[in-house]
Amino acid sequence: MNLLETRQLTAFYGDFQALYGIDMRLEEGETLAIIGANGAGKSTFLKTVAGLLAAAPESVLFAGRPIGGVAAAEIVRLGISLVPEGRRLFPSLSVEENLLIGAYGRSEQGYWSLARIYELFPALAARRHAASQTLSGGEQQMAAIGRALMANPRVLLCDEISLGLAPVIIRSIYAALPRIKASGASVILVEQDIVQALQVASRVYCFQEGRMSLEGRPAELSRDQIHAAYFGA
Amino acid sequence: MTTWIDTLLQGVMLGGLYALFAAGLSLMFGIMRLVNLAHGDFIVLSAFVILALSVAIGLDPFLSTLIAAPVLFLIGYALQHFLLNRTLGRDVLPPLLVTFGLSIIIQNGLLEVFSADSQRLKAGAIETASISLGGGIAIGTMQLLTFASAIAVILALNMLFYRTELGRAFRATSDDPEIAQLMGIDNARIFSLATAIAMVVIAVSALYLGMRATFDPSIGPARLLYAFEAVIIGGLGSLWGTLFGGIIIGVAQAIGAKIDPEWQILAGHLAFLAVLVLRPRGLFPRAGQ
Repeated sequence: MNLLETRQLTAFYGDFQALYGIDMRLEEGETLAIIGANGAGKSTFLKTVAGLLAAAPESVLFAGRPIGGVAAAEIVRLGISLVPEGRRLFPSLSVEENLLIGAYGRSEQGYWSLARIYELFPALAARRHAASQTLSGGEQQMAAIGRALMANPRVLLCDEISLGLAPVIIRSIYAALPRIKASGASVILVEQDIVQALQVASRVYCFQEGRMSLEGRPAELSRDQIHAAYFGA
Repeated sequence: MTTWIDTLLQGVMLGGLYALFAAGLSLMFGIMRLVNLAHGDFIVLSAFVILALSVAIGLDPFLSTLIAAPVLFLIGYALQHFLLNRTLGRDVLPPLLVTFGLSIIIQNGLLEVFSADSQRLKAGAIETASISLGGGIAIGTMQLLTFASAIAVILALNMLFYRTELGRAFRATSDDPEIAQLMGIDNARIFSLATAIAMVVIAVSALYLGMRATFDPSIGPARLLYAFEAVIIGGLGSLWGTLFGGIIIGVAQAIGAKIDPEWQILAGHLAFLAVLVLRPRGLFPRAGQ
């Protein structure tokens, strides 16, 4: 059974329609990549799954259960965590407090604890009492991922985690992915960095203007196919 | 010299009362960016609740406040849950209009029930007791108690904000309500708790308002003004700044009154304007705001 599935998912900002019937499925243990140009609807898709935007109940299924339109605070309790675009750490909380607040909604102990997050991202341990705004971009991204992991998600949604970071930092963040998957989380990555996304994903979806333009396994997709799906023919 | 030290001291103590008025306002604004124009009227309403309890049961005002506080906590929770949460959003106008309306409703409701007569909370001998500090300077026990209560309230609120999980959720929601939801925080519930706690602080300020001077249903808006000034002088989001802001107004009023009794209120407002001109963001603005 699919862990997460969307059926003809639509999303709106007021009168503006951002998604036109997205069908997607995520199997347990999988890493999916969603690629596409700016404004293709990738972030909107993650926000809708996470409950920040309205959706019809049956258009999002989590472990077979309809969760479309459920409040975001409830969805994180069910097991879906979002690492938002631009990190969005809480400026008046320290690094450690940002991690702790990630565990606010969880009711039981799971794999992730402060100690395990610091093990995953040793750079954070040294800065644990620092104000979150004083961290470097890479450290902020690690803290944002750590904060989402603290809820012990079964599905981790990552929105543009390589945005604005140096290649060496991006590699060190992606190096954490196997460990995150080993903790029992399935992952959906939204990326503009296609090369990075294709390296780690078992399947890839391409969005174009709110519609799915391509789906497949990275090895089976040609450069031309991806190019056409990304930019439009 | 002695009289000037005395004046300064009275001003600082008065500042404690203004800080108490301001703490509840600061709390609600800090967490949900809600400017409660009925804040002063809630203080007066609470004073009447304490009065009614102390008359009905024959308790002294301190014990009445102890009973009134949990009731006001629930009233605050319900008020936020059923009414004010519906006004919050991108537009800043609805909460202003609704709390302005509440202000008028409370004033007229109190007038209907309690009449326009001046009332006070009778605390007995403590009202006139004083402590001698030597050198001809004495300080009123009530004044000292007010100031100590202001510090206790601010200490308690800071403990809540910086030492508890709920406080962490308050700060996170204040920073970024959208992302706070992703942590499993129910913003509406956090806001209701914030107003409930603000009402308890309001109960404490109402106790001292009522014991130190007379009150009637019409005096709320002026208390709101002092509270506003204290919050803005201190810098939004800093409770110790709010105490400092209260002290500045208190000292300015005491000095004004010393020069000429007619200048008391004006001097406080002038001090506020001076700070606004020199440091528009207040003396202790919160970082990153």
